[in-house]
Amino acid sequence: MAAITLSGVVKSYGRVTAVHGIDLEIAHNEFVVLVGPSGCGKSTTLRMIAGLEEISGGEIRIGGRLVNDLPPRKRNISMVFQNYALYPHMTVRENLGFGLKIAGQPPAVVAERVAEAAAILGLAELLDRVPGELSGGQRQRVAMGRAIVRHPDAFLFDEPLSNLDAKLRGQMRAEIKKLHQKVETTVVYVTHDQVEAMTLADRIVVMRDGRIEQTGTPIEVFSHPVNTFVAGFIGSPPMNMLPARVSGGALRLADGTGIALPERLAGRAPEGAEVILGIRPDDLSPVGHGLIEAGQGAEVEMTVEIAEPLGMESLILSRLGGQEVQAKLYGPRFVAPGERLTFRIALDRAHLFDAATGRALEAG
Amino acid sequence: MTALLRTHRTDPAPFLLLAPAVLVMLSVVALPLVFSLWTSLTPYRLTRPETIGAFIGLRNYIRLFSDGAFWAAFGRTLLFLVIALNVEFLLGLGIALLINRITWGQRTLRTVMMFPMMFSPILVGFQFKFLFNDHIGIVNNALQSLGLIDFAIPWLVDGRLAMFSIIFAEVWMSTSVFAILLLAGLFAMPRDPIEAAKVDGCNPWQVFRHITLPFLMPFVYIAMTIRSLDVARAYDIVKVMTDGGPAGRTELLWTLIARTGYENARMGQANAMAYVSTVLSVLFTWYFARKLIAARRTMGGAE
Repeated sequence: MAAITLSGVVKSYGRVTAVHGIDLEIAHNEFVVLVGPSGCGKSTTLRMIAGLEEISGGEIRIGGRLVNDLPPRKRNISMVFQNYALYPHMTVRENLGFGLKIAGQPPAVVAERVAEAAAILGLAELLDRVPGELSGGQRQRVAMGRAIVRHPDAFLFDEPLSNLDAKLRGQMRAEIKKLHQKVETTVVYVTHDQVEAMTLADRIVVMRDGRIEQTGTPIEVFSHPVNTFVAGFIGSPPMNMLPARVSGGALRLADGTGIALPERLAGRAPEGAEVILGIRPDDLSPVGHGLIEAGQGAEVEMTVEIAEPLGMESLILSRLGGQEVQAKLYGPRFVAPGERLTFRIALDRAHLFDAATGRALEAG
Repeated sequence: MTALLRTHRTDPAPFLLLAPAVLVMLSVVALPLVFSLWTSLTPYRLTRPETIGAFIGLRNYIRLFSDGAFWAAFGRTLLFLVIALNVEFLLGLGIALLINRITWGQRTLRTVMMFPMMFSPILVGFQFKFLFNDHIGIVNNALQSLGLIDFAIPWLVDGRLAMFSIIFAEVWMSTSVFAILLLAGLFAMPRDPIEAAKVDGCNPWQVFRHITLPFLMPFVYIAMTIRSLDVARAYDIVKVMTDGGPAGRTELLWTLIARTGYENARMGQANAMAYVSTVLSVLFTWYFARKLIAARRTMGGAE
């Protein structure tokens, strides 16, 4: 168990730079999720922590120890791979015990730790099977078991759930969370799925193009995205982004629709500024069918183009300021295409971004 | 059901269609097999064709079992097989691992590696006969020029050295069979278990020993099966390089069988030897095939 520190970590392949100097402090026992689209450098960063990729610059410390030039076997970490990476010629028992055997632990200790891990993960029945005889979820569980038997300083997860079907993914997500509560260890978890990131993380690190865009708790990242990229990436369905101009204390959308500039945001955008108004679908609901208290926020009339009923709620595709927007209607109610409804915007939860830089406009 | 049986009985088409294949198999495989088995039960001599009719039971086989020269050839073939296969395996594995590591010029090297397999074994035999010649051979010449020896080593004249020279030629010619098959295995190998093993605490040797090698074993057994059949029937290289000499010290099963059958014209006896030596090949193939099946079963989970 240990803290992990990355300072100015760079990875380049020849002329191409995949990771541009990352600084990250991961506290002891913290569950940190690196999230971002494909090619953002999150997996490379994880593999550099594991020692499977050499770093081209900067420093990585695990538990205060500089590990830049240590091979993976000397870093005392364990890793769970996307493709499980079980040893196909060994039984589950041998897979679990392999690392301990290599480390020269006596057979009694190996057996005890394997039994312990098998009990935690419900693998006791499967110990004598080989990976070829296991389902995807079982293989993933063995891969996790193999990681925990060694009592490492940190667990590294590289998109461990992306090969599983949706239902199993939900289950395994819960198991990983439980596992982290049972086995107190630092975890670095890589995923491209923002739902996984939100549900699992103590702290989310959003990455793009080899850089960290924002670091924070799931709620911070969700409520205070620092730019349009983070705002669009975190949260599902994604935030609606509407270009607007500040004019006479109100926001003018592209088609001239005016929305009163709420007090909370008024000071952040000077008269005449080009901005982007960010509204999450949850904050845009038909009157009487949302989470917004009556009398609050602005009201607009929109025509329903498509309604996607999900049972307790429906996603509504409509148009605002000449642009497609998604809204959410709470409660089981049928909505016909073409229906005209009054929507309420929860302006106290809306976001303003600079149209040129995409950065959030902060108070002051 | 009855309708099905009736069509079977009345419709001649399937039989007609199968007939050519059956005829060819009978005349090319079954008939010669029965014929050779029969001659091994007769005192058949090529010079006296009428002897083919004289049935003498198992007398040829009984004589074989007390024939020291035959068992010497049998043992030598076994030794030849074991040494050649193991050396070829180790060299082939080394070459495959090295070629797998390089990124530049790998295709070219792979092609170059196949060259020895493209030559006729007879030519390889002639080439090595020249190389190892004690008077004009390049090996002695080189050793003497380097000042390592000041006499001529009788490579093909000394019994032990002659065996070594033949094995050397065989290994030179066929190591690439192992190298190519093992390289194919390395290409097919998933990278993840290797990385997992590294993180699990393995040093490079342990990764090789516990992950790479078990994964390669099916490929090793395939190569072993092919090569054991190949080496067990070795004839051409030996015939050209030493012709079983000196004084029968490099006589292998098939050179002995050919000598008995064609030079001494004792075809009945030669066929009896051939049947016994076939058992050797069958045993090796059976052994490696069993190992292969076992290795492949456990590799079933490999992604």
